[in-house]
Amino acid sequence: MNHPYITPLIAACAALFCAGAQADTGKLLLTGGVSSIDGAAGGGLTPWAVIGSNATEDEIGGSAFFTNVGTKDYGLNIVGAAVGLHDRFELSIAQQDLNTRGTGTALGLPGLHLKQTIVGAKVRVLGDAVLDSDTLMPQVAVGLEYKTLGSTGFDGTLSALGAKRNGVDLYVSATKLFLGQGLLLNGTLRATQANQNGLLGYGATLGGHEKKYSLQPEFSIGYLVSKNVVIGAEYRFMRNKLERAGSLAGLGNGLRSEDWKDIFIAWAPSKNVSLTLAYVDLGVIVPATTASRKQTGYYLSAQVAF
Amino acid sequence: MKKTWISVAAKFAIASTLMATGASFAQPMAPKDDQLYKAFGEKAGLVVLMDDFMTRLLADPRTGPYFQPANQQRVKEQLVEQLCALGGGPCVYKGADMKSSHSNLEIKKSDFHALVEVLQASMDAKGIAFAKQNDMLALLAPMHRDIITPK
Repeated sequence: MNHPYITPLIAACAALFCAGAQADTGKLLLTGGVSSIDGAAGGGLTPWAVIGSNATEDEIGGSAFFTNVGTKDYGLNIVGAAVGLHDRFELSIAQQDLNTRGTGTALGLPGLHLKQTIVGAKVRVLGDAVLDSDTLMPQVAVGLEYKTLGSTGFDGTLSALGAKRNGVDLYVSATKLFLGQGLLLNGTLRATQANQNGLLGYGATLGGHEKKYSLQPEFSIGYLVSKNVVIGAEYRFMRNKLERAGSLAGLGNGLRSEDWKDIFIAWAPSKNVSLTLAYVDLGVIVPATTASRKQTGYYLSAQVAF
Repeated sequence: MKKTWISVAAKFAIASTLMATGASFAQPMAPKDDQLYKAFGEKAGLVVLMDDFMTRLLADPRTGPYFQPANQQRVKEQLVEQLCALGGGPCVYKGADMKSSHSNLEIKKSDFHALVEVLQASMDAKGIAFAKQNDMLALLAPMHRDIITPK
């Protein structure tokens, strides 16, 4: 919450929320998605081609969210907001606060919190994920996420590994609701340098490797149980960028990373509120300090949107 | 005479194939049977559903203004016919096509969504199963191209 952008952005969003409460916005329930960990509208771990908020064409809307993730060795709190313009453009911001718990202590940095700020922009290129139910044509959007990792006692380790503290992810998403079947499919292809989504910096040039972007696919599937309940699963491929640099730094495979995945249930008790509960498996995160435990746990997210 | 017959048959075959191909890609999947029609309670069920739908459309501030000036009885009858035909029932929709019947109305996407929500409320009230509701909505949704006023 202490990042310079975040307070004014949430305030602006709150102001929009008041405006929105008067002017009814007209998306169908849940079709603006929920808020992903990076702030963009989508599923939980991955953005979708949908534009956030309840605003459809000719309308402006907004959303704000809070997410709490707890795995075996880490805690992650995320706050963020998004503005949707005419169901065409989306601007989002999120701040992630990773409580490193025992890992920080093991690194001689007790109480270490890694804070990442993500500013996102997305534009819907074509299609309507919901209404074009007679074609296979999905809704397609392209987006970017500018990520910065706040300065901490961990900076020295990152620079020793050759990892930067900022990076830009680019992605393209295609989302399709097979309305008759109540089935939602999303595929996202992300170009990124990030290690563990950026929480451990971007790239790792130690040893001359991992300077470049890698392409990482991400998939979501959802099933509409009722008008306001969706269940589903996600799989986010994640390139293991830090392991080699880590081993050159004498950490063996202690910085290995694995793909992220989850199963979720999202419930919208009203047009303005959605709650998402998930079981996540983020693979190993700094296995050197966590006995190579899989970081499984819960994910809980609440969103208000108008 | 025989040649003409073959030619007609061939044209018919080609046309049918084209239509079938088109149907599987660009058209709403027309039901192969009348299961959907039956799930909506056949003609009687559709009449009751559309009565309820019109009542709700008129009461909803988002949709009311569009339907108050309309010939509501006629709209209901045409909707019954249309949903009957879409559901695989023994009806042929003979009303005006969607494009010309909506061309003089300024209909935004949010209006279309509002109508979908009102229809969902009516279908819920009549106890139509969620999956059947979605089957029908999937047949109706593509009409947004003709109903929403292009900008």
